[in-house]
Amino acid sequence: MLTRRQLIKTGAVGAVALVAAAYLAGPAEERTVLGAQPLGFLTSHDMPIVRAIAPAMLGLAPGGANPSLDELVAGVDKAILALPIAVQQEVRELFDLLQNRWLRRWLAGVHSPWADVRPDEAAAFLARWQDGAFVLLRTGYQALHKLINAAWYGNPKSWAGIGYQQPARVMEVLP
Amino acid sequence: MSIVDPIAEGLARGWKVTDGATLTGDLSLSADVVIVGSGAGGGMTAERLAKAGLSVILVEEGALRSSRDFRLDEAKAYPELYQEAANRQTADKGITILQGRTVGGSTVVNWTSSFRTPPETLAYWRDWLGLKDLTDAALAPWFELAEQRLSVSDWQIEPNPNNSLLGKGCEALGISHGRVRRNVKGCWNLGYCGMGCPTNAKQSMLVTTIPDALDASARLLTRVRVERLLTSEDGSRVELVGAVALDATGIRPTGRMVTLRAKEIVLSAGAIGTPAILLRSQLKDPLRLTGTRTFLHPVCLSGAQFAERVEPFNGAPQTVYSDHFLRVDAIDGAVGYKLEVPPVHPMLAAVTLCGFGQRHAELMQTLPNMQVTLALLRDGFNPGSMGGKVVLRDDGTPVLDYPISDTLWDGIRRAWLTMAEVQFAAGAQSVLTMHELARPVKSWAEAKRQINNLPLKPVLARVVSAHVMGGAAMGPDEQSGVVNAFGQHWQVKNLTVIDGSVFPTSIGANPQLSVYAFALRAADALQKRMAGG
Repeated sequence: MLTRRQLIKTGAVGAVALVAAAYLAGPAEERTVLGAQPLGFLTSHDMPIVRAIAPAMLGLAPGGANPSLDELVAGVDKAILALPIAVQQEVRELFDLLQNRWLRRWLAGVHSPWADVRPDEAAAFLARWQDGAFVLLRTGYQALHKLINAAWYGNPKSWAGIGYQQPARVMEVLP
Repeated sequence: MSIVDPIAEGLARGWKVTDGATLTGDLSLSADVVIVGSGAGGGMTAERLAKAGLSVILVEEGALRSSRDFRLDEAKAYPELYQEAANRQTADKGITILQGRTVGGSTVVNWTSSFRTPPETLAYWRDWLGLKDLTDAALAPWFELAEQRLSVSDWQIEPNPNNSLLGKGCEALGISHGRVRRNVKGCWNLGYCGMGCPTNAKQSMLVTTIPDALDASARLLTRVRVERLLTSEDGSRVELVGAVALDATGIRPTGRMVTLRAKEIVLSAGAIGTPAILLRSQLKDPLRLTGTRTFLHPVCLSGAQFAERVEPFNGAPQTVYSDHFLRVDAIDGAVGYKLEVPPVHPMLAAVTLCGFGQRHAELMQTLPNMQVTLALLRDGFNPGSMGGKVVLRDDGTPVLDYPISDTLWDGIRRAWLTMAEVQFAAGAQSVLTMHELARPVKSWAEAKRQINNLPLKPVLARVVSAHVMGGAAMGPDEQSGVVNAFGQHWQVKNLTVIDGSVFPTSIGANPQLSVYAFALRAADALQKRMAGG
């Protein structure tokens, strides 16, 4: 099989190919994120996806009094690990799909590698999938919605922000 | 004051309990009766048979927890106490199903609502499904027995605002409504029933029948999942129950096998679990009825904002209901619905509320002023709502294929309209229909316009269920049911189904008391068969 460089070397054909290649340039490749240790389920390639999508999904800034982004990623990981194996496999397929730069570009409509995605680009992706024409997109959105919200609002650090607290009269007497 | 722990006390007394996760070798046991599943059906059956002097093995795929594990913490409770971490979904992911998975089953996490099977449901079973013996009079003693055993009584404390606003809205519109009876004893009125009762007030199987069965020498196996029943060559008797031990997470088999033998086998694994075992076992089923007609009481929801604090996370979760919309049309006409409210806690609220970003965050910030009403649709009567079908994935685990029919969508739309009208009548400032494309509206007229234009598509509308019924239906003969009216399998003579899977339609009310009463009746018949045989 010819590499693109070999094609370009072939003169006239190469000139055409050069134009075509520029037009069809592959979407930006995912970058390896240094220092990201894989968790129980999420790989170092999955984590930038969660980190990019979570602030847009939640409409809230992690950190400070809120759960941190690391805590949220750990919460998502834990939530996935509690699912049956068959459902974990479906979540795997979703992350694999989002990691693939071609599918990220053409199915999710996200140009940048996930590590560079800004909240407005992530929000546009969520809006596209929330009411997607295909049930696959809508269920993909729902999976992200559930996992990220469960990880955030299951964390007691998020509770003060919504005026919620556990009833003190029983918490005080629990064994 | 300190809270007693009846499970720790029982274990100290010498209960025979084996945790599958700790098995270091294969295990082989025999008994008079093996009961698969320890929820409403299995718990009732275990107590009755063990107290009658039969040797009983109770097998549960979930773990044994007790009040000291119940910390009012959603992130801990859902993975530990629910099927698929409270995220079980139908095949097209259109409906999320809440079902228990722990010793005591769904009775550990339900909201304690105790209704007898409605007379009109029993009349339909007699008149249209041939179950002639199921009269109100014949069943009344079993309901009384169950109510007595589980301390079902009127709830004397004032409903919490989440419930009282449903009553107020109904009152304003002249819609009949009533108070829910509950199976509690010394309830603290906390509102955390769904995470396991921290004070042992809820009279679940975990604190009633199961301790009594274990005191009567029953043996309990936990984190053990029954895979299949092996039958005699002619298929008429179960000879062996094959099971696998699960690891401490309850998800992966450890490789240890558990083999059980008994004279009689009872399946009480719930209306998805029981059909799954039957299907995996490839039992005789000439008309392929197993797993079909599985019902859910599909639930749609409506949220409302009030000026006053509602605190829908505090107080007994379900105390007010209305059956008005079950009686507008004939039972098999346009689908009717029961109105109730759910408890609202942060995690479940956040995943159930639609939308994302700032809009979702702002909704969550109004949680203390939020009232949520639910409508539970009565499926299984109208020919356009014949339920779903339990099917097996490649790995043998079950999934319910339950597409939402046009007949049900029609009911969902009417229920959304009703709920918005009731909420505005109760004084709501705004109402939000739980649908991805809905926006909060400020008036009943605006709500009507929006709801009538919402696209009825799976995954856009939020539809949930906490009541799985059917899949191994009772029938007067083997052409019309998987089991007879006492739960005995039509083809396999020493196999009895005792759980919600025997119901041939949905119940039309929260089903726990129906499961208890039918379980007591079926267990009594089984005991008599065993004494006679």
